Amino acid sequence: MNTTRTIKPYLRLSGLEPLVVRPETNFINVGERTNVTGSKKFARLIREGLFEEALSVARQQVESGAQVLDVNMDDALLDGEKAMTTFLNLLASEPDISRIPVMIDSSKFSVIEAGLKCLQGKCIVNSISLKEGEEKFIEQAVICQSYGASVVVMAFDENGQADTLEKRVSFCHRAYKILVDKVGFDPQDIIFDPNIFAIATGIEEHNNYAVDFIEACRQIKQLMPLAKISGGVSNVSFSFRGNDVVREAMHSVFLLHAIKAGLDMGIVNAGMIQIYDEIEPQLRELCEDAILNRREDATERLINFAETVKAKGKVVEKDEAWRNGTVEERLSHALVNGITDYIEADTEEARLKYPRPLEVIEGPLMDGMNIVGDLFGSGKMFLPQVVKSARVMKKSVAVLTPYIEAEKAKLVAENGGQIKSAGKILLATVKGDVHDIGKNIVGVVLGCNGYDIIDLGVMVPAEKILQTAREQEVDIIGLSGLITPSLDEMVHIARELKRQQFNIPLLIGGATTSRTHTAVKIAPEYENGVVHVLDASRSVTVTGNLLNKALNKNFLEEVKGEYVKLNEAFRNKRPVKQYLPIAEARKNKVQIDWEKFNPVKPAFIGTKTFDHYDLAEIVKYIDWQPFFISWELHGKFPQILEDAVVGKEATRLFNDAQEMLRRIVEEKWLRARAVIGIFPANSNGVDTVHATTEDGAVIPLESLRQQVKKAPGQPNFCLADFIAPASTGKQDYIGGFAVTAGEGIEKHLDKFKAEHDDYSSIMLKALADRMAEAFTELMHERVRKEFWGYANQEHLNNDQLIKEEYMGIRPAPGYPACPEHTEKYKLFDMLGATEATGIILTESLAMYPASSVSGWYFAHPESKYFGLGKIEKDQLEDYAERKGWTIEEAERWLRPSLEYDI
Amino acid sequence: MKSLQQCASERILIIDGAMGTMIQRYKLQESDYRGERFKDYHTDVKGNSDLLSITQPQIIEAIHREYLEAGADIIETNTFSSTVIAQADYDMQDLAAEMNTASVTIARRAADDYTRRNPDKPRFVAGAIGPLNKTLSISPDVNNPGFRSVTFDEVVNAYYEQVKALSEAGADILLIETIFDTLNAKGAIFAIKKYFRESGKPELPVMISGTITDASGRTLSGQTLEAFYISVMHAKPFSIGLNCALGGNQMRPYIEELSQIAGCYVSCYPNAGLPNTFGEYDEQPHETAHIIEEFAREGFVNIVGGCCGTTPDHIRHMAEHVKSIQPRPLPVKEATLA
Repeated sequence: MNTTRTIKPYLRLSGLEPLVVRPETNFINVGERTNVTGSKKFARLIREGLFEEALSVARQQVESGAQVLDVNMDDALLDGEKAMTTFLNLLASEPDISRIPVMIDSSKFSVIEAGLKCLQGKCIVNSISLKEGEEKFIEQAVICQSYGASVVVMAFDENGQADTLEKRVSFCHRAYKILVDKVGFDPQDIIFDPNIFAIATGIEEHNNYAVDFIEACRQIKQLMPLAKISGGVSNVSFSFRGNDVVREAMHSVFLLHAIKAGLDMGIVNAGMIQIYDEIEPQLRELCEDAILNRREDATERLINFAETVKAKGKVVEKDEAWRNGTVEERLSHALVNGITDYIEADTEEARLKYPRPLEVIEGPLMDGMNIVGDLFGSGKMFLPQVVKSARVMKKSVAVLTPYIEAEKAKLVAENGGQIKSAGKILLATVKGDVHDIGKNIVGVVLGCNGYDIIDLGVMVPAEKILQTAREQEVDIIGLSGLITPSLDEMVHIARELKRQQFNIPLLIGGATTSRTHTAVKIAPEYENGVVHVLDASRSVTVTGNLLNKALNKNFLEEVKGEYVKLNEAFRNKRPVKQYLPIAEARKNKVQIDWEKFNPVKPAFIGTKTFDHYDLAEIVKYIDWQPFFISWELHGKFPQILEDAVVGKEATRLFNDAQEMLRRIVEEKWLRARAVIGIFPANSNGVDTVHATTEDGAVIPLESLRQQVKKAPGQPNFCLADFIAPASTGKQDYIGGFAVTAGEGIEKHLDKFKAEHDDYSSIMLKALADRMAEAFTELMHERVRKEFWGYANQEHLNNDQLIKEEYMGIRPAPGYPACPEHTEKYKLFDMLGATEATGIILTESLAMYPASSVSGWYFAHPESKYFGLGKIEKDQLEDYAERKGWTIEEAERWLRPSLEYDI
Repeated sequence: MKSLQQCASERILIIDGAMGTMIQRYKLQESDYRGERFKDYHTDVKGNSDLLSITQPQIIEAIHREYLEAGADIIETNTFSSTVIAQADYDMQDLAAEMNTASVTIARRAADDYTRRNPDKPRFVAGAIGPLNKTLSISPDVNNPGFRSVTFDEVVNAYYEQVKALSEAGADILLIETIFDTLNAKGAIFAIKKYFRESGKPELPVMISGTITDASGRTLSGQTLEAFYISVMHAKPFSIGLNCALGGNQMRPYIEELSQIAGCYVSCYPNAGLPNTFGEYDEQPHETAHIIEEFAREGFVNIVGGCCGTTPDHIRHMAEHVKSIQPRPLPVKEATLA
């Protein structure tokens, strides 16, 4: 029994789970976006203390395949030690994130040590070096060792960074000897970063940098075989910024050689995904020349080529070799790669080959979709690709459907039998809500997985949902919603399901929904299964579990247990925040010295209507980040285009979007309409603003005030605080707007539907939403500079606009600063918005067309966005009185904002 | 006299059983815990077992001797909670260092006595370092997952004082045990490294023993066994193992895994089965011994003993059962990846 074992000198790391780096281990991806220097979004979240959201950035990294999480808090505006401690402590309570090891990344050793004090697992310190001399180096190494951390050693010495082969190797070797011989480090715990620099910069000395790095890897591994090597790969192609085809190819070529020479891990960009063998041969050759510095004119030739690539777009796509395969291989290839060009002919060929049309679906098509499902499940394919695959599938099925129907009719006629699918799923956006991008994606993804989808569309009343569910004998109901009143509607549907004694599970999804809301408000209303589904990719597993008889019970029990816990946690949690009586909160209003402030008299008073606004102008104002989020690709734009994991797909999606945008503009697919208004207004010194319309009517605009007890010096915000009180004797103003970019969309959506092209349909909706937001941004700028003119000196670029660096705000009724939707009626009346723009308000105050935005303009320089938070009963009673509502009415409209249970 | 390393290479070593279970047999009252010195102390101290090393040293020594008589090679000092952090429960922070010194002195005297009687079987004193009643990786407040009731520096300082006292009083081994939060253990390791670096004294062998709390196979702080081992490897431990929470039967798959991955010796001292509904342990000495014997035959273990509910009888049976079985050979640490 007692055989002697051997222990290999592997680098071993851990989070909650181990990561052992064996010789056969592939290149290790280090997740880079939890880094305030690399990600503006993460930096902002950390600066604003939004750690929950910051954690979701980390989660996204893990989900997209990071094996180590780089955490960096080096920002001049941050207390790095504190931020590192808070973030890592919170991370520890998220097992799905903390399962992987952390790389503590800082140029300040005090921040590194603060991080080391929070991590139970064996982490990596990034970095230490000989920059400040041997003594300091040893001191820091000893500390790292005492915490049991591996270290990244930068190839530096007292005089600077290693930039030649000899220096790279000798600096690393010197550090190695100190660490191993003097400090007693295990050699496998040392990770060298021998500096990847940009090549092909035009400067001759740079031409050999990649060769030097690769050769350094080789020599380092020869001298110190147990040590590891890491690096920032995208540096190498820095001089080709903006040309992803070339960059990807360079990375691919560089990595091929560097990994062969010993590179173990690093932060890499989208080039990773490009497969070496698939690089266009001429480009590959040129990259080889440049990376390996094989000829003097390599840079020049690569640059020349790069220019042609840029002009032509991707040249690589033209490989048609796959057409030579069997029909099954071709169908599979078309599905996996989302190519529709030949699908109809291929399907027809397959139909003739197989005895029954259904067998084409069950055979080659499902095989292909299974590959897609597996790739998606393992994070190797992303949502836009899946939607494209679904488009291929749908087109193919459309070819087969008439034959299947004919056969079915024959079967039914012969046997009187019925045919049942994997499961029938009813999807609907609830009454009063018009948003359906997410729901459509879920429909597509589930459809790909063999379910029958009954999509009732948007604004579907509860009765219709229940009735259809009963008549069609559906297996699952899925509800979607984006605006807050939809949450109540979902609760209502859950109650109805119970009352009418349904026993099928209910899925909840959409942007305003959450696990907590589902657990606290919806799940208790219906006991036959309520599950919150975070995004489309989860819908497949959830549905699979629910419709599998063996798993169903356990799964529901598990979810139920989890929700009961969440519910309890939620209820226990609430008393933590203290609230002020509304009278006290009002005393702590925003202090504005109205003596010193003179409101700017607007250039015009009244309303102004715009129609057929130039779409090309609007496009310039697009904020792309939310566009990627609607496709479940999370990350900052434009960095996302170079992201190690999703970058390639994001780029493709972006190119498709640009192409469609071009057509939207050139062929005038959409009609952009807007109305703005500016009105004399004063506040009553409390929470009401009185605005005067053109015909002299005085409209009371009601707002709500934050009631949570604030830290000293922090006011209890209320929008009315930003308008001069009448008592100051100064005339102030408030503005309003309603814009839409949705008119005309239906025609094109219908066309896409007829073509079974969900990809284009979803794309168009997402773009129309972006256009509406961009149009809003544009109009706001014109109001500031021109129509109101209170900021006529403003010069901001689009980035600054997106970051809200302008003066004044434009809060929308129904959003955090003013969550009560019905004020939108007043806004629409004052603007004559429906008449001017065609936008209609639903009974839940959603706007139709969906791609519309409306809100108020506030001009005061101190006005800012805030979230109302929860309010107490005293304010609700006061508000009800102001609005002329009963308490019940007020509670219905403000339910999500109430601090108390009703 | 043979060193600990020599002994471990030759046979399976026996570590003692439960201290608490044995103390309970004396049915001590508040006044017994207080003794003469603390008769007017301002808080109740009943249950502060570590205090007994000061107020009832004869009881602690008698228990040590019972285990030595039963065949234990290693006895653990009565210092599981002798830190300023754990002693805060009794407002006895100032006595933590003294408890460590007193406990080592008692154990040392008993062990040396047995070594003198039979120099071929030298006995060793392991300074027991417990897990603390506060955790560094887990928030005590469910509403505030980022909150910690103690800082890493406080933990290091508390352990540093304990390590210093245990070492100076003459412990042969430092034993970090019942680890349910690895970061606490890393604090103890940090303190040990710091103490030996600063004092310049020869480093004592360190035994590390974690606790898998349930069938999930993870520590309370969520780590898998291998992740836990990797996280404490930098201590360069003499042994790695598991104790408490589970009985031998439930511990088996984890001990087997450890025996495969550990580059050092492997220890195992489980509870006497799982507690019954009254919180008592029913597993009889021969039953425990039988399980342990099987581990030995499989080549899983180097050091065996007992935790909660085990008695000198359990240890005697165990020692009998494993005495002719070869210990798990130390794995060969290879110098190359090939």
